[in-house]
Amino acid sequence: MSKLGDLGARLHRGEVGYDFVGNRKIWYGVSILITITAILGLAVRGLTMGIEFQGGAVFTTPKTSISVAQAEEYAEEASGHDAIVQKLGSGDEASLRIQIAGIDTPAADKVSAKLAEDMDMKQSDVAGELVGPNWGDQVANKAWQGLVIFLVLVVIYLAIAFEWRMAVAAFIALIHDITITIGIYALVGFEVTPGTVIGLLTILGYSLYDTVVVFDSLKEQTKDITKQTRWTYSDVANRSINSTLVRSINTTVVALLPVAGLLFIGGGVLGAGMLNDISLSLFVGLAAGAYSSIFIATPLVADLKEREPQLKALKKRVLAKRAQADQDQDHAADGSYDDDSEEATPAVVGPRAQAGPRSRGRSGRRR
Amino acid sequence: MAAPKKGRSANAQSRPGRTLALILIAIVALTGGMFASGETTPRLGIDLAGGTSITLEARSGQESAINKTNMDTAVEIMNRRVNGLGVSEAEVQTQGDRNIIVNIPKGTNSEEAREQVGTTAKLYFRPLLQTDSGTTTPSTTPSETSSGSASPSKSSGDKDADKGADKVTSPESSSPTATATSQGRAVTDALKADSTPSSSASESTKASESPKTTDSASPSATPTVDKETQALLDDYNALNCADPKQRAKLGKGKTTDTIIACGQENGGWSKFVLGPVGVDGTEVKKAQAILDTQTAAGWKVVMDFTDAGGDKFTEVTKTLAAQTPPMNQFAIVLDDEVVSHPQVTSAITGGKAEISGSFTQEEAQSLSNMLSYGALPLTFKTASVTTVSPALGGEQLHAGLIAGAIGLALVVIYLVVYYRGLSLIAIASLLVSAIMTYVIMTLLGPAINFALNLPAVCGAIVAIGITADSFIVYFERVRDEIREGRTLRPAVERAWPRARRTILVSDFVSFLSAAVLFIVTVGKVQGFAFTLGLTTVLDVVVVFFFTKPLLTLLARTKFFGNGHKWSGLDPKRLGARPPLRRTRRPAVPADPKEA
Repeated sequence: MSKLGDLGARLHRGEVGYDFVGNRKIWYGVSILITITAILGLAVRGLTMGIEFQGGAVFTTPKTSISVAQAEEYAEEASGHDAIVQKLGSGDEASLRIQIAGIDTPAADKVSAKLAEDMDMKQSDVAGELVGPNWGDQVANKAWQGLVIFLVLVVIYLAIAFEWRMAVAAFIALIHDITITIGIYALVGFEVTPGTVIGLLTILGYSLYDTVVVFDSLKEQTKDITKQTRWTYSDVANRSINSTLVRSINTTVVALLPVAGLLFIGGGVLGAGMLNDISLSLFVGLAAGAYSSIFIATPLVADLKEREPQLKALKKRVLAKRAQADQDQDHAADGSYDDDSEEATPAVVGPRAQAGPRSRGRSGRRR
Repeated sequence: MAAPKKGRSANAQSRPGRTLALILIAIVALTGGMFASGETTPRLGIDLAGGTSITLEARSGQESAINKTNMDTAVEIMNRRVNGLGVSEAEVQTQGDRNIIVNIPKGTNSEEAREQVGTTAKLYFRPLLQTDSGTTTPSTTPSETSSGSASPSKSSGDKDADKGADKVTSPESSSPTATATSQGRAVTDALKADSTPSSSASESTKASESPKTTDSASPSATPTVDKETQALLDDYNALNCADPKQRAKLGKGKTTDTIIACGQENGGWSKFVLGPVGVDGTEVKKAQAILDTQTAAGWKVVMDFTDAGGDKFTEVTKTLAAQTPPMNQFAIVLDDEVVSHPQVTSAITGGKAEISGSFTQEEAQSLSNMLSYGALPLTFKTASVTTVSPALGGEQLHAGLIAGAIGLALVVIYLVVYYRGLSLIAIASLLVSAIMTYVIMTLLGPAINFALNLPAVCGAIVAIGITADSFIVYFERVRDEIREGRTLRPAVERAWPRARRTILVSDFVSFLSAAVLFIVTVGKVQGFAFTLGLTTVLDVVVVFFFTKPLLTLLARTKFFGNGHKWSGLDPKRLGARPPLRRTRRPAVPADPKEA
């Protein structure tokens, strides 16, 4: 961990600086590949929809030693439909979750009576849950509605709080996260339940939360960017990613830990259906969100920004200056900014690599 | 988000102790309030406490019929039904725009409840044959009725005026002429003399409240009661509407039968003998509560009938108008309960009618809702019936809590390892956050019926991450400042404005998503969204009023202030720049230029 602390220090000093923005083509490529895979997976394999989307009944038994296979047999016999049986909890004594697709209310009562009889339980102990086929659809429809409304609002908000380019980049990153999450669900074949949908919706807020933190730093560091000629927008964008990298890592770890707890301990060991569904999609989505805010959102902002005439001009000036410096010092300044470059260009307008834009931001605030 | 206010940060800076004391007092007060309220655990949702949850989906021939007004009306009716069953604490609410969720706690006959809520409400107009409702007794009202102007003394009674004290007029009758009729709630035809608005107030006579007046009224009804209804009359006399069991037995009659029904008015129960159905509720095209500004008669309900319904209504009112009180009334019967029984003095033609009679806005709207429901082009289909046993819910809650505890422990370990001494502040903040979340959730139970369901538990667990993030943002900023060579005290203050902005901006996004989820989504998602929103708000509160002042205070201690090795703020470990850097800075030309 202290290594991470050192990493923080080195990042802070600009000793470590992975060129996220410079290598953006690679990451765009990776993301496009992932997206295509996700779409293909969705098209070919499709999503495994839970019983909430198909309609049917779910019965939960008390703890029993009846095996899954045995219960499956009973359930299929009792209902005449395919049944999915899951064990909730571990060990010999675990309760069973029996899903039977395609049965309606009167049938469900008969099935639960039959099941209870077969398994030698009281019918009142077998909790039955009847699910209409529209229930899940409605949740999903609401989810899409919520998604659209949220996106519109958040794009407006980001456009006001930051600027439209950042809003667009955040929007794309968010779509990207959702695509990845859905794609993984399709490829792995996890069951999609309303719990999944809840998890997916939460990613919306969380993915953006992460992106916003990086953007906030970017906005601050690029405040007076046109007043100097040392760094291009991409350089500064890259630096702001690097400077928030430790925070991003920490945040993601801290967010993932409780979710992992829910997923592996709550869901996996103790066997809690909905907990599992929510935490799985959260887990995937959080990881995707952290990735996208670093590798996709910020480079996209840099791309969009550098279409602006004044930033285009800045880039030209900076590159010209660097070429000049190269000739003078035979120093390769290909967009990297290490401490040496300060000595290389003593006349430069603008402070040192790390402290520079930041101290400017502060002085600006004090005004 | 909002630009940092200088004044505020200066305040927090100078009086961290006071801020801390304030929030601690607030927490103690909240906790004390929780114990005082007698509820020390959050109300558990149906999934954790057990019970039945029924989801009904609205169906309609025309999509536009599924709208908020119609759904709200349906909820109101269903509420009457489930709670009319004697089911206490049943919740009926709309979820989204086409679902109604009925949550019935464990211990209720869910089968019966399912039937009750699943069927469409039946609204009928039946002629009234006999009642013990005092308001209808003519003898109680004549003195007031004839008065053309409202007497001030009545105004107080207006509010209590039962719907029984209504009168029906055709809508055209807005002219203020006093009615010739001897009763207060005269019904007039547009072509005839109209009732004065003031006269409508007269029905509010409190005589209506005493059921004893009934008996005096009943003789007048007897002449029209034929032999077959004599048996009914006996039942009627034996009936005690105040007894829910007796009420439950009623209302099994066919639409062509004469039936006995109960109706609630003025806080008590009245009983009625009602004739065969005259007009079906579905023949009401629309009903609306409107404020009659023209005649100052107050709130009234306007009904529009379909063509067939209008004809039937004309027919019914024509017959009724010829009768003597109390048989000149028709009863509006919803689910076999009389909700209103306006008087008619003349036939109402034209398919439109008004019911007026010193309604409050609420009463008028409630009546129009009920009338509308009869015409509601909605049917409800049971989308899901969920029986959740508390054992299962308890197990899931248990699993969730264990998972949450483990997750929290992992977060704590991570924070301790990474932030060392600083983690104490983070952990204390998380603790404060957790206490506040728990207390507020508990208090919200009785206050707004908030119930902690399983997704809400998940939301709370996920929120650990969001809450911890705020500290991380702030701590990283402080460490950045230290790396730049500052000592802790200035570092804590300089880092705050920027950390604050980041926290606010990102928490706003989080809160926005929670709010949208809460408003848009259905069912379980809402509990989740609510918790997420609540914890986001608490996060801001805790960071502003607890974490920041605490850090300011601790920065004054030797341990933190001098950057002890284990404080997490050791400049050396953080790789602070040598002080030489600072002397160099003023030389940088960029600074003065921008300052």
